[in-house]
Amino acid sequence: MATMTSTETDKPQRARSEGFRFPPTFAAYLQALPLFLILGAFLLLPLLLIAVVSFWDYDFAAMYPDFVTFNYTETLGSWVTWQTYLNTLKFAVIVWLITLFVGFWVAYFLAFHVRTSSMQMVLFLICTVPFLTSNIIRMISWIPVLGRNGLVNSALVEAGLVSAPVEWLLYSDFAVVLAMVHLYTLFMVTPIFNTLMRIDRALVEAARDAGASSFQVLINVILPLAKPGMAIGTIFVVTLVMADFSTVQVMSGGQSASVALMMKNQMSLLQYPAAAANAVVLLVLVLMMVAGILRIVDIRKEL
Amino acid sequence: MHREPRSREFYVLAIFFALFVVFLYGPLSAIIILSFQGPNGGLTFPLNGVSLHWFANLMQTQAVGDFGGSFRRSLALGLSVMVVTVLVSLLAGLAFRRRFLGATPLFYLSVASLVVPSIIVSLGIGVLFQQLGIQPAWYSSAFGAQLTWTLPFGVLIMFAVFNRFSPAYEEAARDLGASSWQTFLHVVLPMIAPSLIGVGLFGFSLSYDEFARTLMTAGTYNTLPLEIYAMTTNVTTPVLYALGTVTTLFSFLVIAVTVGAIFYLNRRRTRA
Repeated sequence: MATMTSTETDKPQRARSEGFRFPPTFAAYLQALPLFLILGAFLLLPLLLIAVVSFWDYDFAAMYPDFVTFNYTETLGSWVTWQTYLNTLKFAVIVWLITLFVGFWVAYFLAFHVRTSSMQMVLFLICTVPFLTSNIIRMISWIPVLGRNGLVNSALVEAGLVSAPVEWLLYSDFAVVLAMVHLYTLFMVTPIFNTLMRIDRALVEAARDAGASSFQVLINVILPLAKPGMAIGTIFVVTLVMADFSTVQVMSGGQSASVALMMKNQMSLLQYPAAAANAVVLLVLVLMMVAGILRIVDIRKEL
Repeated sequence: MHREPRSREFYVLAIFFALFVVFLYGPLSAIIILSFQGPNGGLTFPLNGVSLHWFANLMQTQAVGDFGGSFRRSLALGLSVMVVTVLVSLLAGLAFRRRFLGATPLFYLSVASLVVPSIIVSLGIGVLFQQLGIQPAWYSSAFGAQLTWTLPFGVLIMFAVFNRFSPAYEEAARDLGASSWQTFLHVVLPMIAPSLIGVGLFGFSLSYDEFARTLMTAGTYNTLPLEIYAMTTNVTTPVLYALGTVTTLFSFLVIAVTVGAIFYLNRRRTRA
């Protein structure tokens, strides 16, 4: 959507002489205050509380302020936890690779092969609309397609390719990955499209004039310049998959696990300190991944 | 720019894009078609007659959960989240145009709000309300939980908008004697209005469909996505699809009206 290059706007505001004026920075503090208060109350404070509660003791009825470490030793000492983490990472890597591949080519097609900007906007909107509809609905919409009597299976059986319906299409890891790709590819398309639209077309022309084939232009000009968009898309997709519990639960039919799903189960058993310890571990893992990606890209420059 | 004939690459990518669109919309159209299933039809194809039976079924409270109530709650919540998101993002966007102490940490706090796993936000707010002795409810704890999801989008959009906003317009207005409030109201606001509508659309849609952060913070009364989630485990008739069709069409309607409004504003601005 964004085709213009960013301009530096934070020039110091001129002070006006007439009337009463607050100093400009005071106004900025006042304007930033609501955001800070809301994020402080509903993000910062809850996160601090989770860190505190992860050291508390608990039984079936309540939790007790204390300083114990068994919430961590129990969860990290269990083989099931490690398997769950590995399983979640496996989903993250697979979904990331697929969404990166699909997202890049879709964005590349929109940015470089659609000629008019109105057509670009229409096609981009077509890609964006599902993002603004319910994830749950988009998940269950796979049931009539992949189910035992679903569209794919009926087609396969009728074509004589298989003798009995394929069972692993729904309620399997395959279904989880497919649904995640379906839900999250847009998060990859949008930032890559945004970056590609900002590439100076003269660079492509120059490369062509210098004798580069379109494949060479793609590899040596476009791909390196698209990296920031890919990095932002990666942040979205990886954090969304690492946090996912509903897709794993619904699409695997309870046969697969993820860290967030494990936490959700602990929460429904009122084992809040155990869930909090898991939350701290998961949060550290996710933030480390994001910090790693942020070393490649400065988000503020890419907006 | 490209005056040469379409390359083979174009056709390959066009087919790839078309397949992607089919992948995006195919399953959705399947449940829309299946929601018109006859009274004896099941959850899969073929259609066993065509009827509005399941839509009528949806309106009877005993067939599903509290559809009307959850829809009203989701609507009220979505509208309030939308209003707060637009106002707070606009103010923060204005703030970030100046350098102030703590601007960078606040920006990264907004980014963090986007990347912190939803279940952790959910858990944290749940524990916070428990410790404060407040009952969680959709209009308090779930409202706050949803804002941690909609605000970063709003703030990042406003940040991008003001990155491209030339201060020359404001300087011109000021040189003509406009006060800073007049400059904002008559110069800045009309120019960023389409983006604000976009932020509003994000605020409403993300809230209306929000699920992961709301699940543990909504308290006694369900919002619509929670109602649908509960249905996936215990409803085995096409009434589930009817509900999906109704809410999806509602989302489409909201998007269409908003996009229409943005185009209208943009056209009026370029004509003026």
